[in-house]
Amino acid sequence: MLPAPAFLTNPERFMAFSRWAAPLFGALAAVLAAAGLWLGWTAPDDYQQGATVRIMFIHVPASVVAMLIYVCLAGASFLSLVFRHMLADCAAQAAAVLGAGYTALALVTGSLWGRPMWGAWWVWDARLTSVLVLLLLYVAYLALRASLDDEAKAARASAILALVGVVNLPIIHFSVTWWNSLHQGSSMLTKGALPAAYSRPLYLMMLAYLAAFGALWLVRIRGEVWRRRADAAALRAARV
Amino acid sequence: MSEGLGKYAAYILTAYGLTAAVFAVLILGALSHARRWRRRAEALTRGEPPP
Repeated sequence: MLPAPAFLTNPERFMAFSRWAAPLFGALAAVLAAAGLWLGWTAPDDYQQGATVRIMFIHVPASVVAMLIYVCLAGASFLSLVFRHMLADCAAQAAAVLGAGYTALALVTGSLWGRPMWGAWWVWDARLTSVLVLLLLYVAYLALRASLDDEAKAARASAILALVGVVNLPIIHFSVTWWNSLHQGSSMLTKGALPAAYSRPLYLMMLAYLAAFGALWLVRIRGEVWRRRADAAALRAARV
Repeated sequence: MSEGLGKYAAYILTAYGLTAAVFAVLILGALSHARRWRRRAEALTRGEPPP
């Protein structure tokens, strides 16, 4: 077996680690979000976009972390598929719920930003459509899991679906360069594209969203581990 | 915030309000899911009926 992080191979060790790590990440997220929101709300209006530039501080982190969550979902699915590891499957299942929430948030805040700037709530643009596909992938993953009673079959089928969906990630990222798009191009990775008054709150909010995902992911995985323990205990009790 | 939110206030406040609501749902959902199954697993392990 390939070496894996110790806490991913031992549920007891993971439960001990996540007991203190989840609240720590949660507190970190709250502090970062407070600082990011303060800097974001006191930032000057943009010369073109006016006050709507403040939507960037909640929209861009949601979009970026939604994609990152899919990478986590795919990674956990791969480990689950190859090693049939219970914790990896729990991690994949937990990530899907959170990924759907972050992606929905990215779409809704993007729509609320697009309406005053583009004059439309929605356009069938490559970037928007590929992010909608990401949301549909998360929903399909959750629906597939819910539709199968056999836990092993559900884990295998949903892991395959998650791995197939990875193809959508480069499409989302490069959609603004491959096709003519109403959506603006990548400015986060371009040095000097954003003035410090906007980049500081944006990066703080990005870290806050990431820390919040870390905390919520750990709590959700813990819940999944407890659910499987409850199912196993119920099965044992039924056999007696 | 140099000149207030002006004519875009409705869009900005709705975006921030929805973000807060989604995070509240994600946080409460994760905590209640973990708490519910933990109680159930602990009760079943002790041989008690699940709550």
